[in-house]
Amino acid sequence: MDASALNFIDLSAGNVAFLLFVGFVGGMVSGFIGSGGAFVLTPAMMSMGVPGIVAVASNICHKFPKALVGALKRHKFGHVDLKVGLVLGVSAEFGMIYGAGVQQRIKASLGDAGSNLYVSFAFVVVLAIVGTWVMIDAWSLHRRGDTGDDEEVTRLARWVQQVKWLGPRFYSTGAKAHIPWLVTLPIGFATGMLAATIAVGGFVGVPSMHYVLGLPSMMASATELVIAFVMGLGGTIMYGWSGYVDLRLAMIILAGSLFGIQLGAIGTTYVRPYMVKVVMGTIMMLVLFSRGFIIPVYLSQLGWIAPISESTTTVLKAVSFWIMVAALVGGAAIVLGALISGMRRHALEGLAA
Amino acid sequence: MKSIKLFAYGAVVAVLYGLLFAYEKEVVEICKRGGWWFLFPVAVAFAFSVFHGTFTGLFWDALGIQARKSR
Repeated sequence: MDASALNFIDLSAGNVAFLLFVGFVGGMVSGFIGSGGAFVLTPAMMSMGVPGIVAVASNICHKFPKALVGALKRHKFGHVDLKVGLVLGVSAEFGMIYGAGVQQRIKASLGDAGSNLYVSFAFVVVLAIVGTWVMIDAWSLHRRGDTGDDEEVTRLARWVQQVKWLGPRFYSTGAKAHIPWLVTLPIGFATGMLAATIAVGGFVGVPSMHYVLGLPSMMASATELVIAFVMGLGGTIMYGWSGYVDLRLAMIILAGSLFGIQLGAIGTTYVRPYMVKVVMGTIMMLVLFSRGFIIPVYLSQLGWIAPISESTTTVLKAVSFWIMVAALVGGAAIVLGALISGMRRHALEGLAA
Repeated sequence: MKSIKLFAYGAVVAVLYGLLFAYEKEVVEICKRGGWWFLFPVAVAFAFSVFHGTFTGLFWDALGIQARKSR
């Protein structure tokens, strides 16, 4: 598609305010769990009349400067494993290119409904597996009364760190162990592919770094910001080369999200590590339901199930959209609540000392 | 000193956003060109991240919202 043929929309004050708000809330979640704020932005922009590809391109263009600021902030707190972030980031670039190619092929053969079905299906499958795992882990920590300050390395991560036949390794300061390159490649690739498909690679990246590589959850969420920076920069170059980036949209979202990401990053210093899992798991579960509701609509559009009436379609789409909004706002509310109560507790501790 | 820095960065951010929207048509036109012009959105995004990123950090700092110093 020729970029010059695309309409870059006229911006109203209402549109700008809406994007600032969504950017702020999304940024707060990203600063806390490393990712997860971007998935509402593309549909939000499209609902304003922005063409799909311009919405995706502008979203990616706001992502890399946001991730850069977030990564620098959390690097100050000692949360970032730069080497792991860069290694995974580079392999994520390849995953992103491959993922975008798969998207294009599906769109060419099955049209928009097929493409939407593929995206929603990917959401549901990934979130059902990873989200359940994260929630079970967070729940068992909560039941044991374990705050996660001294997180146990999973058996899988211990095996990955110890097994010798997986080839050359490098030292990870986050995991405090040597990690085989061979294991990082598929993780990075899957993160990039998921980012190209559902705009939130961190739903695979963060749990993989924690459960497979053995990074503490706090470091995994911060290191994801480095991966997001590398992927976002690559994606911006790719879409910018084709002329799809609407810089105005990207910078408006960035304005809101930079306020949010700093707040989310500060929030991580006041909470116990298991809170990252709680917020991530909660968002994952809500998004899972959001996408689950919409799947019958696409199946019906493809003629793979009996047709669904227009009124039912409207209801399902509205339910799906608002659950997604609830996921983001709910996640941001938990972050904000944790930040406020953490700051209060810290102030009281200071007074008592 | 911090408040001077906050206002200085705030002023730069205001100028950057002012320029972006004062030359809105030109910005959109350059972005649509594609090819090596991709450097324009990348460079602008970097500039915004440096100035706006520092400004937002100072902003929360000024409001007393700071990271916990030690656990």
